[in-house]
Amino acid sequence: MAELVISNVDKIYRPRRKKPVHAVKDLNLSVNSGEIVALLGSSGCGKTSTLRMIAGFEDVSNGSITLDGKAIHTLPPSKRGVAMAFEAYSLYPPLTIGDNIAFALKSSSLPTVEQQTRVKAMAEMLDIGGILNRYPSSVSGGQQQRASLGRALVRDAGLYLLDEPMGQLEPQLRAILRGRIKAYLRQHNCTTILVTHDQTEANALADRIAVMEGGILQQYATPADLKARPANLFTGTFVGEPPMNVFPAEVTATTKSVAFRIGERTSLTYPRSDFSSEVVQALSSIKKLAIGIRPYALHVGKGPIAGQVVACQWLGDQTHVAIEVEGRTVVSVAHERIKEKPGSSLALEVSASDLHLFDAENGNAIAHGGQLA
Amino acid sequence: MDHTSPLEKLIRAALLAIVIIFFMFPIAWIVLMSFQTNESILRIPPSLIFTPTIENYVALITGEMRTAAGSLKLDFMRNLWNSVLLSSASVAVSLLLGVPAAYAFARFKFRLGEDIAFTLLSFRFAPPLLVLLPLSLYFKTLGLTNTYIGLIWVYQLICLPLILWIVRGYFEDLSPDIEHAHRIAGYNWFQTFWKIAIPLALPGIAAAGLLAFIFAWNNFVFALVLASADKQPVTVGALAFVTASGIQYGQIAAAIIFSIIPTFVLAMFAQRYLVEGLSLGAVKG
Repeated sequence: MAELVISNVDKIYRPRRKKPVHAVKDLNLSVNSGEIVALLGSSGCGKTSTLRMIAGFEDVSNGSITLDGKAIHTLPPSKRGVAMAFEAYSLYPPLTIGDNIAFALKSSSLPTVEQQTRVKAMAEMLDIGGILNRYPSSVSGGQQQRASLGRALVRDAGLYLLDEPMGQLEPQLRAILRGRIKAYLRQHNCTTILVTHDQTEANALADRIAVMEGGILQQYATPADLKARPANLFTGTFVGEPPMNVFPAEVTATTKSVAFRIGERTSLTYPRSDFSSEVVQALSSIKKLAIGIRPYALHVGKGPIAGQVVACQWLGDQTHVAIEVEGRTVVSVAHERIKEKPGSSLALEVSASDLHLFDAENGNAIAHGGQLA
Repeated sequence: MDHTSPLEKLIRAALLAIVIIFFMFPIAWIVLMSFQTNESILRIPPSLIFTPTIENYVALITGEMRTAAGSLKLDFMRNLWNSVLLSSASVAVSLLLGVPAAYAFARFKFRLGEDIAFTLLSFRFAPPLLVLLPLSLYFKTLGLTNTYIGLIWVYQLICLPLILWIVRGYFEDLSPDIEHAHRIAGYNWFQTFWKIAIPLALPGIAAAGLLAFIFAWNNFVFALVLASADKQPVTVGALAFVTASGIQYGQIAAAIIFSIIPTFVLAMFAQRYLVEGLSLGAVKG
């Protein structure tokens, strides 16, 4: 298996008689051998463009892509040694599901018996063993998607590219297949890039996640790091469900305490010892500050933040409480059942170790939990 | 589900019958004409009762036309053969050039691509007579007048734009990712074009080829101006039935029947093919 390095890659689309679109901007990304990386972002963020540049379906406008030290961005797709599962399945209509999965193997030197064994094992893993003799047009979207995934995974490739590989699957099946696919990728030490807009999928499958927005790589980190130490406001609010609550704030630091004023009536005051001296120093030069608080860290009960309940939603194992604070609606997640009438008053608290501080002007993180970002 | 009432069904059947009679009547009448002598065709009033004769067909096959003024030589079977040769060779050349071109226009964006495609289409806009005069001068200089190659070349004006534009639309409807999936499995673009794109677009290619064949078959002016008797197709050859002693309606009718047969057979074959191609779900991504 191979190591992928993307260096300074740009993608600029130049449609006729229209303004050029800069879809990927100066992307640098490296994927270690056997590592599973997810490209996460909303629609149009450049993640699929990146994947297609790696596969060779789009030219690289600038920069280079190397696989195991060999530059591949100038090679035709057939020479790159890359396997790909397509979002729109793209099965060959005249072939059966089984033949579709076996198709890539037919150009290899594998003996026919071995090919058949592999296809069967792959189909069993993906729960499509029963439809190998059917044609793509006669099976469901979810089954076609699994066939497309099987067609990519059954090959021996240096790199596996999976474009929204489970978008069409039912939720129950998705969780099971995620487990099986991860085990398969690990067992075969497959270097994999997965494109998704589903955070759960990215968190469950990937070793590292690259968050993209507006063609720019926002952060490249492990799932845990992304949650605990978001590099900027975008990743902070994009990653995590429900999303992070953000307040604009003014900070006042004395020798004893650090106080954050959010809105007219609310102020959060912490002992100065909760923050490192570098953080306090950094805060002194910030003009506009934004505080991010994860819903799980915003505790209902007592505390300095007062608000009115908008709604309480019990999800069976946790309560999502929507609360109006200083003119904005925030969400708190509690593990116990909370039944408060809409309009009733509530107090909220958050500890200094759960605060994410951002420079509101450029969005960059300043501190997480009292330590410099 | 069908929820039509019996009355609706009846009206629908009646309307269909009217349409079929309207379109089939001329053909049926020509079939009847082809089995009659000129005298019985020109009877007033016309009648459906006559003694059938195969004289017209015999005349066409043997090449001896007997008219009131005496016997005339005619070379209808040669005209028929010319039509088959010219139309099929033109369509073959057009497919060879047009299908790869259509694929290129559909899949690759290149400078002036749209303009070139439009220029090729614009060949169909100009009236053929407009190009014929300068063309006949050039053909004379090049020695292409009255040659099969020259005619096949000119017929590209008819076939190529048609095939290019129909097949291009077909390729554009096919998801490029199906080809990408094939390419990434280790095949070069030509193998992908040949093994994936062409088979999937085959119904479209068949339809375009059939249409081009019919257009080429029905062409009149190009061969009239650029070829003499031994290279002319049936459309021009039929002029020979307008003789000094009158128009030979019976033989014209028989000639029409003969000249319909190849296109008819081709259409039947292609129709079956089209239905097969579509029901396989070849166009569904």
